[in-house]
Amino acid sequence: MATDFIGKPKNRVDGRVKVTGKAQYTAEFHVPGLTHGVVISSAVAKGKISKIDTSKALALDGVLQVFTHENTPKQAWLDLSYKDMDAPPGSPFRPLQDNKIRFSMQPVALVVAETPELARYAAMLVEISYTEESFETKLIDNLDRNFAGKGWRAGYEPPKSRGDFKEAYEQAAVKLDVEYFHGAEHHNPMEMHASVVIYEEDGGLTIYDKTQGVKNSQHYVAMVFGISRSKIRVLSPFVGGAFGSALRPQYQLFLATLAALELKRPVKVELSRQQMFSFGHRPITIQRLMLGASADGTLTAIRHSAYSETSRFENYMENVVNWSGKMYKCENVEEVYKLVKLDMYTPLDMRAPGGATGVYALECAMDELAYALKMDPLQLRLKNYTDEDMSKGKPFSSKELLACYRQGAERFGWEKRNPEPRSMKEGHNYVGWGMATGIWDAMQVPARCQAVLSVDGKLKVSSATADIGTGTYTIMTQIAAETLGLPLENVEAKLGDSSMPFAFIEGGSTTAASVGTAVKYVCDKIAENLLKEAAKMENSPFCGADMEDVVFEDGTIRLKREPAVSVAITEIMRNRGLHSIKKKSTVVPNMLKQKSYARNTHSAVFAEVKVDEDLGTIKVTRVVSAVAGGRILNAKTAHSQILGGVVWGISMALEEDSFMDHNFGRFINHDLEKYHMAVNADINDIEVIFVKEEDKVVSPMGVKGLGEIGLVGVASAIGNAVYHATGRRVRNLPITPDKVM
Amino acid sequence: MSSISKEKITLKINGTEQQLEVEVWTSLLDLLREQLHLTGTKKGCDHGQCGACTLLLDGKRINSCLTLAVMHDGSEITTIEGIANGDELHPVQQAFIEHDAFQCGYCTPGQICSTIGLINEGKAKTLDDIRDLMSGNVCRCGAYSNIVKVVQEALERSEQA
Repeated sequence: MATDFIGKPKNRVDGRVKVTGKAQYTAEFHVPGLTHGVVISSAVAKGKISKIDTSKALALDGVLQVFTHENTPKQAWLDLSYKDMDAPPGSPFRPLQDNKIRFSMQPVALVVAETPELARYAAMLVEISYTEESFETKLIDNLDRNFAGKGWRAGYEPPKSRGDFKEAYEQAAVKLDVEYFHGAEHHNPMEMHASVVIYEEDGGLTIYDKTQGVKNSQHYVAMVFGISRSKIRVLSPFVGGAFGSALRPQYQLFLATLAALELKRPVKVELSRQQMFSFGHRPITIQRLMLGASADGTLTAIRHSAYSETSRFENYMENVVNWSGKMYKCENVEEVYKLVKLDMYTPLDMRAPGGATGVYALECAMDELAYALKMDPLQLRLKNYTDEDMSKGKPFSSKELLACYRQGAERFGWEKRNPEPRSMKEGHNYVGWGMATGIWDAMQVPARCQAVLSVDGKLKVSSATADIGTGTYTIMTQIAAETLGLPLENVEAKLGDSSMPFAFIEGGSTTAASVGTAVKYVCDKIAENLLKEAAKMENSPFCGADMEDVVFEDGTIRLKREPAVSVAITEIMRNRGLHSIKKKSTVVPNMLKQKSYARNTHSAVFAEVKVDEDLGTIKVTRVVSAVAGGRILNAKTAHSQILGGVVWGISMALEEDSFMDHNFGRFINHDLEKYHMAVNADINDIEVIFVKEEDKVVSPMGVKGLGEIGLVGVASAIGNAVYHATGRRVRNLPITPDKVM
Repeated sequence: MSSISKEKITLKINGTEQQLEVEVWTSLLDLLREQLHLTGTKKGCDHGQCGACTLLLDGKRINSCLTLAVMHDGSEITTIEGIANGDELHPVQQAFIEHDAFQCGYCTPGQICSTIGLINEGKAKTLDDIRDLMSGNVCRCGAYSNIVKVVQEALERSEQA
């Protein structure tokens, strides 16, 4: 029995429950007497509800209540009470608290009935009249109202300029000035948002919620409804994808809680797929890149500016332009990031927020610059390579990007590329090869974990984190099992329960580094305790031994210098009369060590497209993504995470576009037929390479996180490949056939 | 309760015959999820656009959200809960685990039923066929390349059998 698991391609520990249908997602928790809530969405984008008539709905036998702004008790009035861990600066939206309409599809009523069918039918009978007001939803028409967002937001860094861009740009031998645009996108996890709120006899609440952070939902309900946190338990053992959509408590949580408290009955509110387009999206950005270089390709000036949209009530900010200040060596950089308030819901962090879009524009502009310089695009990147994040004036804690370029290019066959656009053809198809660089932050945040080892050698580790498909259950199990030398099947990882030790929302690629470390530390504590107890056994060979003198493997503690000497963990516990050992860990990042470095993941992405010369249809036939993501905890799940990121990149490049009809101020393609996202037939060969990267700074285990890096740069590589194939530079995502024809 | 009419139907679900009285407006998917608590069959859109609710109706894969329960009196339904043989996983289920053909797992029951349905149909011959014929099952986590490996294996198995 070998008990070294970290890094190995182990199967997901939750695989069996997922393939048998036993994994229970939020809307699937049933209790006797469960009632069903259906949300009514506003038909207008701005205005007031002038009249709301619920009588026909309420007249139906089995309809319990229709909650509207007229009968909903006023909740907390301070903005602060509505702020969650992911809230941007501003005044969070408060459902049903007044008659104002702030955005299209705003929830305006909740119909609660004994069955879902009845609730849905009754919702159709509620008559609402609106007084409409004029609204603004189009970013490009409102740029004159731009402003610089202020205030603190987790993860947000204000743009930072250096040197003298203007002067350097004027002097530059080769100049580029281009504008990039991309449409809005919606997360669309396969599981729709839902909350089941159970009103307990003691007035407490048990809540099943689709969330990336049970502590976040618990905090929100406690603050908004004025209930002690100790009386609220939020559970979310399985999350059917989220990609950022469940970072903030969404309105179904508010509505289900409201109804459960008022009716004193269990209530389930599950949003419709249409309503999944009503609470936050990846915002449109209009970006301009100005690049200046000397004739040999040395970057001398970079200006990256972006306009982005936000709601009237919150200032959603993300790092769009900042990447341009850190990716390449350049003395003169100007970064500008401006917001425009529109009559829509606040945008919402969506996988690699800011990075997916900002790096898209930068890396396409770099390709354009390479052509202007008559230089190979990869050579241009190498020419301007930096080991220092010049925006911070700090070295990268590690950056194996050169290995990514080298291994990725070799695997892809980049050297065989003819740089001339439209030079490669296969039958009816123009073939194009493009490449791009990717970057994301490597962050560690505080996390806690509890572990309980019982006398039978079984270990339970728990933390109030989430597994949204990222593999958290699996890596927690691997780390715990290896640290204590236990077989995987002896370890049970628990998460998604607010009664467990604290963890932040699962986002920004932080979880593996943060919770993973907490798991490691708590198991180390148990190991120390076991060694201490082993030393107390009669004639113990471990007397006087330190942790450095022993290894935990195969269910035993073994002396390093005398491998034949070992004692089973279960034997120690039995011998010492220990029924169980329970420990807790709190891990805070080593800020002192980390603050001297810039900490990032990197990637090099190479893509091949085939563009039909008659139809303009684009097929991404090959992608090679080489990732420098620190230590890999599970080769199999890590590989899948990058695969998924690449699929997102293909989808972003060619398909995704939440289309707003500005006559109505509404996303009109709000279903999965008209909102196109990648399906099986869109995906061909994807190859993932993890280059070796050691890092002692980012987190104690050298883990950097992989949730976002797989996506960043992919759309650029594809856009660049489309240019190479067709000679047409499309600066507007998604790249649909009409744009290349 | 409201006066929506009810019909008596018999369904054989995962090998067990059940007499049910269902409201005529209840979809097959909602019957399974809300009344029988067989929640392995997922709801991803309720409009037949995502495939999460795929199950086997008399051996054929269908979107259970697009059909009313009353329309299937006498039918045999296999949901993800009925795919394994007791504790022994169906080879397709095992292959989903081995190839890591899912992440969040929400589309997985539909993908598995769809794979089995696809093999039953006997239409898929090539890799492109597989990709096309599995495109009714959306996986937002993007596990497609791994799903394709599972289907290829299943296809090979069925050809050998």
